[in-house]
Amino acid sequence: MAQVTSPPDQVVEGRRPATGASPGPDAAGLGRARATGFLVPSMVLILLFLVVPAAWTIYLGITNYRLTGLAAANPEIVGLDNYTRALGDERFGSSLVLTLQFVLGSAVIGQAGLGFAIAFALRDRRGPLRRVVEAFVMLAWILPSSVVAFLWIALLDRDAGTLNTLLGIPGTAWLLDHPMLSIIIFNTWRGTAFSMMLYAAALENVPRSHLETARLAGASTWQQLRDVVFPRIRGHVLTNLLLISLWTFNDFAPFLITAGGPEQRSEILPVYVYKVALSGGELGFGAAISFIMLLINLVIALVYLRMLGRRKEKA
Amino acid sequence: MNTGTAPAPAPATDPAGEGPTIAVRHLLARIGRYTFLCAVLGFFALPLLWLATAPFDDTPTITASLPQFTLDNFRALLDNPYALSSLLNSVYLAAGTAALVVTFAALAAYALSRVRVPGRDALLYGLLLLSSIVTGTATMVPLFELAFRLNLIDSRLGVILILSGGLLPAAIFILKDFMDSTPTSYEESARVFGASALQIMRHIVVPVVRPGLATVGVWAVANVWGNFLVPFLLLRGPEKAPAAVIMYTLYTEGGQADLRLLSTFSLLYSLPVALMFVFVSSRYGFRFHGGIKR
Repeated sequence: MAQVTSPPDQVVEGRRPATGASPGPDAAGLGRARATGFLVPSMVLILLFLVVPAAWTIYLGITNYRLTGLAAANPEIVGLDNYTRALGDERFGSSLVLTLQFVLGSAVIGQAGLGFAIAFALRDRRGPLRRVVEAFVMLAWILPSSVVAFLWIALLDRDAGTLNTLLGIPGTAWLLDHPMLSIIIFNTWRGTAFSMMLYAAALENVPRSHLETARLAGASTWQQLRDVVFPRIRGHVLTNLLLISLWTFNDFAPFLITAGGPEQRSEILPVYVYKVALSGGELGFGAAISFIMLLINLVIALVYLRMLGRRKEKA
Repeated sequence: MNTGTAPAPAPATDPAGEGPTIAVRHLLARIGRYTFLCAVLGFFALPLLWLATAPFDDTPTITASLPQFTLDNFRALLDNPYALSSLLNSVYLAAGTAALVVTFAALAAYALSRVRVPGRDALLYGLLLLSSIVTGTATMVPLFELAFRLNLIDSRLGVILILSGGLLPAAIFILKDFMDSTPTSYEESARVFGASALQIMRHIVVPVVRPGLATVGVWAVANVWGNFLVPFLLLRGPEKAPAAVIMYTLYTEGGQADLRLLSTFSLLYSLPVALMFVFVSSRYGFRFHGGIKR
């Protein structure tokens, strides 16, 4: 289980004995040249559609390039103007704060917390209850985002939404009055499956006898979690937090529900970039913000790798 | 302990004599756990109710309710010019991307697994990190630009190539894992009998790692099937738009949404991925391979 999602270094260490150093440098007689030939198609696509756009973002970010008008024909280098403008821009600042709220609320607390809680509550069950709960959680995850977006619009509808009908409070406009809360709960609903599955796999690594011993010694659930479970799954927790933070940070799905509104109150960074660059036509400025997003993503990834490294040193 | 939750019968034979408190605690824990699981079930099922009821209701509304059963709503699908063709477009995009990703990733993963390329691991992790960082949203401006320069705007091939570029690093990563865990002895003997590298690949490696190829294929299809942003950015006009984009336009454009069309279309569009999930999980057991969603 959890092959790819377990921390990269662990995968490599775990796998190495399988390949061993044994198969020699080239068991299949592939040869350097042919091996390179096998690599070329993938590398061309990756280079063209992954590396080039990343590099291009940096370049576009220092120009005043626009979708239409004079600056579309002759973009000029404007240096760091876009960046100073972005950093001084109130809309960017508030968008950044909203994004951090979104990541913290829906990924770190929502998805990871709920995912772990479900995995822990189901850890020693095998029956239909487990299958049904898992199936519904998974369904929320695998359905296409434009479908689930409409399901949530229908659920939260002001006059006839199922939620208001159930609660008996017609007229509550969730998406207008609490746009951030709405998309945070939506994204928790949407993405919990990944964390649930990862933690379910991780919990299988915690020996049942240890939990049993702790329980017999009178440890409360919280003490069991802190002293027995978490030390063993810390690597999984870090991997999980990294991935879901990155995914949530770049998630465009809230656009389908609130389109950033009302009055930009749910305008997280991906929606902001889309509006500035493609609706507003300011490609250069949009690219600068994209680059800032890339940097933030990189920082998230580095913090994670750092923590993972420290964990290994301790071990 | 396999099926039970808390050791319920423990208090009766509890030797320590602190039975009552422990029994009460276990009972509370058990009630708490069931309450929690029921709440979870409700939370996850509630938004899905509408998808199950509205398509079959003769007067569908926004509210999920017991339907007056009818199948007439599905006729709305035939009346809409783009509904069925958009599903075909989705199939086209998903199949194209999956074929490209599986083929290219298999070749690359095989080469990386069998030949010691210097800096191989660094390259792999670097690319994996890049692909999770450089997502569609952060690079949508240059992607749009790039597609414009390469004449790939409003081209389905463009969407396929861009999606493939984004999926390939993780696909190579997954497949290399599979390739690494297969023995090389077959390949060695085939080589002794004079098989070429591509022959070995096709007749020996591919059959052995077929589960891995299937995993990557399913994963790629699921990713493309739900992807909204890339086709939304690159494709103009509804003729080429996949279901994800048409679905969005159905409820955002043109005033009052046609709920008959919307509900049946949602269901039809969701069905393939749901069925694929059921198939994969019953056939292989739902193994964790890095996630269907990115």
